[in-house]
Amino acid sequence: MKRIDSISQLEKTKTALADKRDPSKTCITVCKGTGCSASGGAGVADRFITEIKKKKLAGKVSVRTTGCHGFCEQGPLVVVHPKGIFYNKVSDNDVSEILSKTVVGGEVIERLLYIDPATGKRIVYEKDVPFYKKQTRLLFGNNGKIDPTDIEDYVALGGYGSLGKALSKMAPGDIIDTVKGSGLRGRGGGGFSTGKKWASCQKAHGTEKYIICNADEGDPGAFQDRSLLEGNPHSVLEGMIIGAYAIGAREGYIYVRNEYPLAVKHIRVAIKQAGESGFIGKNILGSDFSFTIKVNRGGGAFVCGESSALFASIEGRLGEPRFKHVHATEKGLWDKPTVLNNVKTWATIPIVIDKGADWFARIGTDRSKGTMIFSLVGKINNTGLAEVPMGITLHKLIFDIGGGIPNGKRFKAVQTGGPSGGCIPEKLLDLQVDYEGLTEAGSMMGSGSFIIMDEDTCMVDIAKYFLSFTMDESCGKCTPCREGTMHMYNILKDITEGKATMEDLDTLEDLGRMIKETSLCQLGTSAPNPILSTLRYFKSEYEAHIKDKKCPTGVCRKLLQYSIDKEKCTGCTVCAKKCPVSAISGEKKKAHKIDKEICTKCGVCYEVCKFDAVKAG
Amino acid sequence: MLKTTRKNIEKEVDKIVDSYDAKITGSISILQDIQSRYNHLPKEALMRMGKRLDMPLSQVFSLATYYKAFTLKPRGKHLISVCMGTACHVRGAPKLANAIQKKLALRSGETTKDGNFTLELVNCLGACALGPLLVIDGKYYSKVDADKIDPILKIYKPASKSAKKKR
Amino acid sequence: MVKLTINNKPIEVEEGTTVLEAAKKLGIDIPTMCIHGSMEPYGACRVCMVEVCSGKWSKLQTSCTYPVSEGLEVLTDSERAIKARKFIIELLLARCPNSKEIRALAARLGVEKSRFRTIDPEEKCILCGLCVRTCKELISSSAISFINRGIDRAVETPFKIDSDACIGCGACVFVCPTGAIKVEDIEGKRKLEKWHTELELAKCADCGEYFTTIKELDRVIDKLGLPKDMFTSCSACKRKKLRKNLSISI
Repeated sequence: MKRIDSISQLEKTKTALADKRDPSKTCITVCKGTGCSASGGAGVADRFITEIKKKKLAGKVSVRTTGCHGFCEQGPLVVVHPKGIFYNKVSDNDVSEILSKTVVGGEVIERLLYIDPATGKRIVYEKDVPFYKKQTRLLFGNNGKIDPTDIEDYVALGGYGSLGKALSKMAPGDIIDTVKGSGLRGRGGGGFSTGKKWASCQKAHGTEKYIICNADEGDPGAFQDRSLLEGNPHSVLEGMIIGAYAIGAREGYIYVRNEYPLAVKHIRVAIKQAGESGFIGKNILGSDFSFTIKVNRGGGAFVCGESSALFASIEGRLGEPRFKHVHATEKGLWDKPTVLNNVKTWATIPIVIDKGADWFARIGTDRSKGTMIFSLVGKINNTGLAEVPMGITLHKLIFDIGGGIPNGKRFKAVQTGGPSGGCIPEKLLDLQVDYEGLTEAGSMMGSGSFIIMDEDTCMVDIAKYFLSFTMDESCGKCTPCREGTMHMYNILKDITEGKATMEDLDTLEDLGRMIKETSLCQLGTSAPNPILSTLRYFKSEYEAHIKDKKCPTGVCRKLLQYSIDKEKCTGCTVCAKKCPVSAISGEKKKAHKIDKEICTKCGVCYEVCKFDAVKAG
Repeated sequence: MLKTTRKNIEKEVDKIVDSYDAKITGSISILQDIQSRYNHLPKEALMRMGKRLDMPLSQVFSLATYYKAFTLKPRGKHLISVCMGTACHVRGAPKLANAIQKKLALRSGETTKDGNFTLELVNCLGACALGPLLVIDGKYYSKVDADKIDPILKIYKPASKSAKKKR
Repeated sequence: MVKLTINNKPIEVEEGTTVLEAAKKLGIDIPTMCIHGSMEPYGACRVCMVEVCSGKWSKLQTSCTYPVSEGLEVLTDSERAIKARKFIIELLLARCPNSKEIRALAARLGVEKSRFRTIDPEEKCILCGLCVRTCKELISSSAISFINRGIDRAVETPFKIDSDACIGCGACVFVCPTGAIKVEDIEGKRKLEKWHTELELAKCADCGEYFTTIKELDRVIDKLGLPKDMFTSCSACKRKKLRKNLSISI
C-alpha cells in the first residue's frame, strides 16, 4: 500500500480497496491461528493454494489465511464466502473435495459440517453456529475477515478510520472525554477507568511520555491477547496511536511474551506496514503528530505483567516490582509519565472512537461497560474464545455458548482470573459476570480466563496447582511472597498426601490472609486467592483429605488405595511386570494381589490393566 | 557446525547487540537472540554483551538466571516443552509430564545423555483448546496422552542410533 | 512541611520524609532489616510494616518506603501492624533459625518459635540486598547480584566463581544485618568465601603489616587521582607520621 498523507487520501484508499473486494466472488478463509495451525490448519491453507493452481481456479476463487476465529475446539476451520459455509475439523485431504464440490459445484459437504451437540443437527452457515450466534464480537469480529499480515485487508474494512477521525476532528481532550464517557475499564484485570488513566497522564508534567501495550499474557488459560495480536494486530496499533495522540506521547512499546512467536511476527509485520503507510512514524496522516512503536519481548516471568516490573524489564533491568506510591501515569517507564494498557483495552479504543461513548456505554452493566473476551477452557465442550457483553451470567456463558460439560459430567466450579483469581461454585452460576460481581464472589476478572471444572476435579489439587505456579513465578524480592508461598505449597502438598492435620489447615488460612496483607506487589497479595476461595466454598473437600485421608475425586494419588478385583483379574501378569516396586504377586492366569505395605501408589497397575480389574479408591 | 571460538562468539554478539543499537533496553531481546543462536547462553557471550552495553557482568548474570527462557547449560538438539497451564492440567498434563519424564529418564530442564532431547515443563502456552499440549522445536502436538508419546518422539530420534538401540 | 500523626502523636516534617524517619523523630522504634541510611529504601524484608490510615481507608505499608502526606494517621502499635511484623519475623525465623540477629529480633517482637518448616538450618542470608546495593551504589563494583528467583533467589558472583570486580573492601560484610558474609585475612590474602574470592593484601611500607587489598588501594588511587606514594603506609603509620610532622613544624 502507498503512503497515505492525508485524511481524504485515507478515505479514497479505503473505498478503492473495498471496491477491489468483489463480494460475489468466492473467497475461502482458513484459520491459521495457533490453535488451528496445531491441528493442521497451516497444511490446509497451503494445500488450497496448490490445489487452486492445479485445478486452474485462480480467477474464480481466492484464499485468505486469517487469525484465530475463537472456536479452537473445532479447528482447523474453513469458511467458504460469500455464503459463509462453515466447515470444521478440515484436513488437507478434504481440500480438493471442497474445491470441486463446494466451490465449483455449489454443493455442501455434509461430512465437514458442524453438529450442534445440543440438537444433533448439522449447521451449514457460520452465522448459525450457536457458539458464535450468542456472542457480541466487537473486537473479534474481524479476525475471520482479514489476513493479519496484509494491512490492506484492515484498511478495506475501515481500519485506521478512527485514527483519521481522531486526528482530524478531535482534540486530545475530546478523545479522553470520549474514552471516559464510554466507561471503558482496563481489560488486563485491574478494571481501572481507562479515560481517567489517560487524563491523569495527559495532565502529568513533562514532555516525554510513553504508551505501553501489555501483551505479557501470563495467566494460564488465557489466550485472548495472543489471538488478537495474531489475528488483528492493526486494531491494537490503531488504539495505541490514538492513545499517544491523546496524552502526547511520541514513543510506544509493546511488551509481548516470547512464548508467542506468531504474535511477535504479526505485530512486527504490522508495525512495518503501518510505518510504510504513514500511520506510524513522522507526521502521521499529514498531521504534525509523530509516534513510533517498538516491540520488546519478555524473557519468561509472570511477574513482568505487573507494571513496575514490566517497566524495569523494558529498561533492561531485572524485572522485579518496586514499591510505588506514585502512579505510573506520573512516574512510569524511565520515571516518565506512562500509560500502560492491556492488548484488549487498546483494541477497544478504535471502536469507542468510531461509534462514540454513548453507543459503547449502552453495552454491558451499570458498572462494567462493553464486551469482554473470555477464554473457555478445561472441562467444557466448546473450548475457545467468546466475546460477550459484560453482565452475562456464568450459566449462559458456560452452558449456552460453551456448550456445557463433556461426557455428561456435572459442573463443579469455574476458576476465573488466573492464579490471582478464585474458584466459583455451582450455586453461583446465576452470577452476573462483571468486575465487581467476580470480586464479590471471591474471584476476579483478571484477563478473562475461565477454567471450567467438572465433578472429577479435586479442588485441593487445583489450589496446589496454582500455588506451585505462583511459588515458581514469585520474584523472591519480598519475604512474605517468597517464603510464604512456599509454606502454603508445602502444606497443600501435605494435605494431598494425607500428612496434614487440622491445625495445618488453620495455618494455611492464616498464611493466606497474612501474605495478602504484607506482600509488596499484586502477585503476592493475590497469590492466596485460589486457596482462600476454595476454602470458602469447598472446605469439606479439604477436611476429607485431612480427616478421612481420602480424596473424594480420586485425583490425589497418594491417598488412593489400590486393590485388584478377583473376579475381573485374568492373571495376565502385566501389572506385576510393570510394578516398579514389585508389590504385586500372583500366579499366571490366577488373580493377583497388591501388597499395601510395599505399594507406593504410583498407579501404573491401574493404567496398564486392560480388564478394569485394578480398583482405586 | 557452529564456530564457537571466543573471537567468533564476540563477533556474533556484537552483531546482535548492534541490532538493538547497543542499548540496555534491548538486553532481554539480546539474550533471547544469543540463546536462539547458541541454544544456550555461553559465558563468553554474556561477558561480551556486558562489555558492549557497559553493564556489569553481575547484572547480566542476574538477568540470565532470572528469566525462565534462558539457560546457561547447552540444550539438546530438540527441545520438548510440556505445557503445564491450567487447562492442560485439568485435562491430564501432570500424567503426560510424568510419562515423558519416565520415558526419557529426565527431569524438567535436563538433557538426555546423547544430547538429543531437552525436556522442559513450561507455563501456559496459550493453546488451551489443544491440551494436553506438547511442543517440540516449535511444532505443536495437541491432545497428547501417554500412548501418543512414543510415536511422536520417534520422529525426532537420530536415525542411526534408533536402529542400533532396539529394545 | 507536612502534618501527620503517629500513634496519635502529632508531628510536622518536611515533604518527602518517610514514615520511618518521622517515627524516629518522635522516638518511636520500628524494627528494620533491609534499610541503610546511605542508600535508597528497598522495601523487601517488610519487618517495618505499619498501619497507615487516611480518611476512610487503612492499609499496611512498609514504613521505610511510605512517604508522609498531610493528615496521614500512622499506627505502629495497632493489632494489625503488630500481627504483620510478627508474621514476617516468623517467616524469617523459619528461614534462618540459627541467626543470632534474627532470633534476637524475633524475641523482641514476642515470637519464640516459628510454625513453618526450615529448609537449611545453616542459612543466614535473608536476601535484604544490602550487600548487593552497597557493592553497586556505594562501591561501584557490582561484583555481586541477585540470581535466580522465588525461593531459589540468592546473592552470588557471576557464574558463582571468583569475581574480577570484587576489590575485597569488605563493605558487604559491614552492612550485612545477619552476619551472613565472612571475611578473613590469612597469610597475605583476604578471603571472602561466600564470593569464592581471594585477594592479595598490601604491606605497609613502614610497619610491614598487611592493611588492605592491593585492588582496593588501586581503586582509591584511581578515584582520588593522588600520587601513588601517598598510599604505601597503613592508616596507623600515616597518623603517626602526621603527628610527627606536626610536632616538628610547631
